[in-house]
Amino acid sequence: MPLLGAAERDALLLSLSVALRSVAVSLPLAIAAAWLLTRRRFIGRTLLDALIHLPLVLPPVVIGYALLLLFGTRGPIGGWLDRELGVQLIFTRAGAALATGVMSFPLIVRAVRLSLEGVDRGLEQAARTLGAGPLDRFATITLPLIAPGILAGAITAFAAGLGEFGAVITFASNIPGETRTLPLALYSALQTPGGDALAARLAALSFALGLAGLLASEVLARLMQRRLGRA
Amino acid sequence: MLSVRLQTTRGAFSLDVAFEVQTPAVVALIGASGSGKTTTLDALAGLLAPAAGRIAVGDSVLFDAGAIDVPAERRRIGYVFQDSRLFPHRSVRGNLLYGERRAPPGARDFALDGVAQLLGLGALLGRRPHQLSGGERKRVAIGRALLSQPRLLLLDEPLASLDPARREELLPYLERLRDGLRIPIVYVSHQLDEVYRLATQVVLLANGRVAAQGDLGAVSRHPALRELLGPEAACVVVAGEVRGAHGGLARVRVGDGELALYLGEAQPRERVLLLVRARDVILSAEEPRGLAQPNVLVGAITALAAETESARLAEVDAGGVRLLARVSAERADALRLTVGSRVWLIVNDASRYAGGPSA
Repeated sequence: MPLLGAAERDALLLSLSVALRSVAVSLPLAIAAAWLLTRRRFIGRTLLDALIHLPLVLPPVVIGYALLLLFGTRGPIGGWLDRELGVQLIFTRAGAALATGVMSFPLIVRAVRLSLEGVDRGLEQAARTLGAGPLDRFATITLPLIAPGILAGAITAFAAGLGEFGAVITFASNIPGETRTLPLALYSALQTPGGDALAARLAALSFALGLAGLLASEVLARLMQRRLGRA
Repeated sequence: MLSVRLQTTRGAFSLDVAFEVQTPAVVALIGASGSGKTTTLDALAGLLAPAAGRIAVGDSVLFDAGAIDVPAERRRIGYVFQDSRLFPHRSVRGNLLYGERRAPPGARDFALDGVAQLLGLGALLGRRPHQLSGGERKRVAIGRALLSQPRLLLLDEPLASLDPARREELLPYLERLRDGLRIPIVYVSHQLDEVYRLATQVVLLANGRVAAQGDLGAVSRHPALRELLGPEAACVVVAGEVRGAHGGLARVRVGDGELALYLGEAQPRERVLLLVRARDVILSAEEPRGLAQPNVLVGAITALAAETESARLAEVDAGGVRLLARVSAERADALRLTVGSRVWLIVNDASRYAGGPSA
């Protein structure tokens, strides 16, 4: 018997693809959000901070429901996407990625923010006196210095994204091959008579992936810190 | 020429300074902490905007309140921060070339090879900042600033965080900078020996105001400087002419006398400026005899001021040059020294003054 059956393989590949897409889309936005929250003082900053962190404290089903209202074919954003671009997010793999991305967004923001707060602003000032404009400074000084935080955040979000359940099942439903990611496959297996063995294998797979993700994040962050001479 | 006029307030602190410097020059900006030295440097570099004033280097105006405020990244002012601020994710070479790559194409006064040689960086190029000693870091920061092709160099206490051995290691490099550069240097310091060795002009700040400015001799007697640096600061700058030199010992004509001094290289008939510290001059009420080194000038006291409770500072006109000598109050009274007293001065030591024309 092969190590992974078709169901496990499908669920695993789908989970990887969904998690990867969610991180790819949310990473730049999360960096921008972290930058705004750390470096700018504006009205509504605390509110924005709270909104970004809501997915950490709300039941994921609530997030899925909110996404349904916003991105459903009759929702203000979903309706526009459907009419103007012919894009539907609900019940699709892209929708699963969206739900996953919203859920793991605060994880990246927190990690990036922590690194940004640790960046010596004096280095940016030094770059400024050496002729670097704002974007140049961000790209050549700030970004490399917060790279460990970005990487750690991205890997944690990716690992967490592999297992996102509530928001995905609420918003994107549980469609085999389209939105049935690892945890959804696990849930389905448990609901099916005789699915115990499959469920156990899926659970073990999730466990291994999560652990690998966290270890990788830790090791990479340490390597990068060493390169910066801080270890 | 560097011309600076700045006014700004930060909380309860107000800064209101103005000074002008002819180039090439090393201006020492000295003052107690909180007197506005670093604020002045930051304003020059464009890292903070003064409320009023004008900053010009040569014929380009960098700041003119309400009209011109060239952003820091386009000012072309090299800034060596007190904490070096090397980029930890770049090698020494990467740090050095950071500003060089961003300099305008027309300006190429400094090249990597030359700067590396000037500052002794050749062996360090492949290293990372965390592998450098404090002194090496400072030198890399100076090199990085120079390679950005600046028209003005700012040094914020370059020797402050270094131990005495590292300071001695870095000072010759700073002297080479002073002698080799054609751009003005503004140098923040509160170390007397640095100022003596490097500065050609001094701007003394106290509570955000310029208390005194000019050559070292002129500023050295200012009460605010004495408060800051102690009585050791008192000195004069005098002109002399080398009469002969051999074995490193030069005979220098000063006023109507002659002094034998170790000045390093000196050519006969060379005009030199000498820095003579009050503590290196011994005053005698009678003609001294039997001295091993007859560095004696004769003159008359022109001023006698109480320097501290127990010390007097005597200004003596010795054949047209004015020197300072420190005398204890007790001895001054015992010898009945007053203005007009005829005295002999034993000049124990003097050094060549790097500065511009004596004031």
